[in-house]
Amino acid sequence: MYKYTEFDKAFLLQRNSQFRAQVQRRINGQLTEEEFKPLRLMNGLYLQLHAYMLRVAIPYGTLNSAQMRQLAYIAQTWDKGYGHFTTRQNIQYNWPKLSDVPDILDTLAEVNLHAIQTSGNTIRNVTADHFAGAAADEICDPRPYAELIRQWSTDHPEFQFLGRKFKIAINGAIQDRAVIRAHDIGLQIIQKEHKLGFKVIVGGGLGRTPMIGKTIRKFLPESDLLPYIEAILSVFNQSGRRDNKYKARIKITVHEKGIEDIRTLVEDRFHRIRPTYKGLDQNILESIKMQFPPPQFVKADSTHFEQTYETDPIFRSWVDINTSEHKADNYVIVSISLKGHGQTPGDATTKQMQVMAQVAEDYGHNELRISHEQNVILPHVHKSNLPQIYKALRNHGLATANIGLISDIIACPGMDYCALATARSIPIAQDIAGRFKALKIEHEIGPLKLKISGCINACGHHHVGHIGILGLERAGKEYYQITIGGDATSTAAIGERVGPGFSAEEIVDAVERLIYAYLDMRKEPEETFLRTYQRVGLAPFKTALYPKTALAA
Amino acid sequence: MPVIVTDSGFQSDDWVGDYCKPCDPGSNPQALDLSSDIDPDTVLLHSNLQMIRVNIHNFADGRGFTIARQLRLRGFKGRLRARGNLISDQYTMARRSGFDEIEITDELAKRQTESEWLFRSKWKENDYQSLLRG
Amino acid sequence: MSAHFAPRIVTANHLLQGGVIYLADNDMWVDDIREAEILTDEADAQLRLLFAEQQPDTVVGAYLAKVTVTEHGPEPQHFRDQLRRTGPSHYAHPSDKRFENV
Repeated sequence: MYKYTEFDKAFLLQRNSQFRAQVQRRINGQLTEEEFKPLRLMNGLYLQLHAYMLRVAIPYGTLNSAQMRQLAYIAQTWDKGYGHFTTRQNIQYNWPKLSDVPDILDTLAEVNLHAIQTSGNTIRNVTADHFAGAAADEICDPRPYAELIRQWSTDHPEFQFLGRKFKIAINGAIQDRAVIRAHDIGLQIIQKEHKLGFKVIVGGGLGRTPMIGKTIRKFLPESDLLPYIEAILSVFNQSGRRDNKYKARIKITVHEKGIEDIRTLVEDRFHRIRPTYKGLDQNILESIKMQFPPPQFVKADSTHFEQTYETDPIFRSWVDINTSEHKADNYVIVSISLKGHGQTPGDATTKQMQVMAQVAEDYGHNELRISHEQNVILPHVHKSNLPQIYKALRNHGLATANIGLISDIIACPGMDYCALATARSIPIAQDIAGRFKALKIEHEIGPLKLKISGCINACGHHHVGHIGILGLERAGKEYYQITIGGDATSTAAIGERVGPGFSAEEIVDAVERLIYAYLDMRKEPEETFLRTYQRVGLAPFKTALYPKTALAA
Repeated sequence: MPVIVTDSGFQSDDWVGDYCKPCDPGSNPQALDLSSDIDPDTVLLHSNLQMIRVNIHNFADGRGFTIARQLRLRGFKGRLRARGNLISDQYTMARRSGFDEIEITDELAKRQTESEWLFRSKWKENDYQSLLRG
Repeated sequence: MSAHFAPRIVTANHLLQGGVIYLADNDMWVDDIREAEILTDEADAQLRLLFAEQQPDTVVGAYLAKVTVTEHGPEPQHFRDQLRRTGPSHYAHPSDKRFENV
């Protein structure tokens, strides 16, 4: 893991002292709320419905046990005993007081964590594949590049007051687990003639106008990374629209000007910026790379694991569903579900965070990850440790075997917390998960990505859910639109809206009808919901969702 | 009277010349006045040019920082000034982007006092950009 | 008093604490919606909102919320304002007992 340098530490201390002063100036009246707002946002602090919310970055989703314990400590000391892991590898605290936030930030700094640029019209927390450094299909660990971008983007003088937020994601494996095609910049590590570089995708995004990103550079050499993304940001900062909040993202700039024009502008700027990078960034990159070595893999006897796997069907089910292939022999990646049926997707209590930290320390080379799917990952686990891990997790409601299934729902906080939301997301997620648990058909349904957003901004990624649910308001009531056929992976696609929305009371029944229609139509159990949709199209699902309308027609 | 903010605090405006705005392509002015929606690539860098002032009407409009950076990269070595209701927290950003100074109103200078600007005046410290570029 | 004007209350968030607060008729800010001043006249409501907005060192984001007057006091008309009153709906209360022993 990356270890902070003296420079990083000094920077963070100064930054935190600046924020402490900004809070004081706001209270004294030297800063107006209008002036203070972008400053608090660039330090992760929102004002939501009931309280302030502090969004803390988990850079590229990686943290160690000590950091997880500190997150737990903050939840216990300054919040109400829980935190919420988000779709962009952050943790949100929902109840901090403004006057406590400077102390919280200092506490985070003790373990090299911060809340810088987790909000505001600036370059946000860089996200990466949560299986980085562990996945069997990895080309190259993306985290050193993500750390380099973190340093470059932190307090970048040109880009703290962009027209709109700017999100970068990076993936280093064959499978895209970082949703790079739905980011302002998506970076895919590729290898060409034994040289590492990036395919650069630009202009993806969800929100009001969902777009799949377009390739702006087929191969960018590793050493051109910073000047090239700086050129993209330079073009965006200058020519992105500032007249309309909903047209201010780079996806609109790319859409309106066309990818060819944007490419020309970016390449021109790139050639101007390139000479200002004289190689120090590459030295720093090399030293960062040295800090992401593979763990000291162990050899151990797996007999106990094999026996337990054979004799305990519940354990077997958890192993089958919640572990993924690792690049090392006899190792697996464990996904800890924060989606217990009836729980709030992505929430973890103080105690649960402490337990996960302990399990990582005892059995997981001291490493944890946060996934954009709002789960916690133990990236390096020897199979022999699985029975003990399972036991420890199960005692704290953390052993739900549902990764990738219908109850592994991505849900934004929705109107239960968020000031922008138009409807609630959490109760809908809870009801859907509860319903399919009761029906006992979750495992029969198989892999299915259900994603819920409580407003058009699409923090719950509903556009790229196999089933997407969007909560809106109509005539003073919550109602929910369904899209199907979205895909967040390297074959990214935006889901198609099926028809009119449903009330909060109707939506769970509607999802159930969709699922039974799928089970009826699939050719074989191996044909997933998404594959069936791709084969049969929207119409049969529409008939299932709106049976009365179909009869009348 | 406007106040000019520099690394050493508040000063009065010592620039006496006129600003050319808009400017004839054929003229050779000493000082240009630009708005924040200008494309910095289109600015003619005349041989006589000593001062460029970029007007930033709203502090949340960050285009000025890119304009400054691009003018510097294009070779402008004269005086570069940001003018508008910037906040002291942006002083470091302005300096690092290539501005020399900020012109604020007397009224703003009363609310955001000199000490607040001086708090941000050591802009070379803790700068990731100079670490990475070198 | 306008016949068409639905009653309003002034609500905001507390600058330091962040919590939801309401303006009472004695100019104090209160946590309990039942103590909020009910405004039945549009001009009066605008004046009270202005009064709230002039306290930037105390409150953030003041606005007028529509209410229905009941025997238990004002009831917010919009579900958003209901949620602001009750807190998040997924936990019985943020200090829910279930978090103590998990």
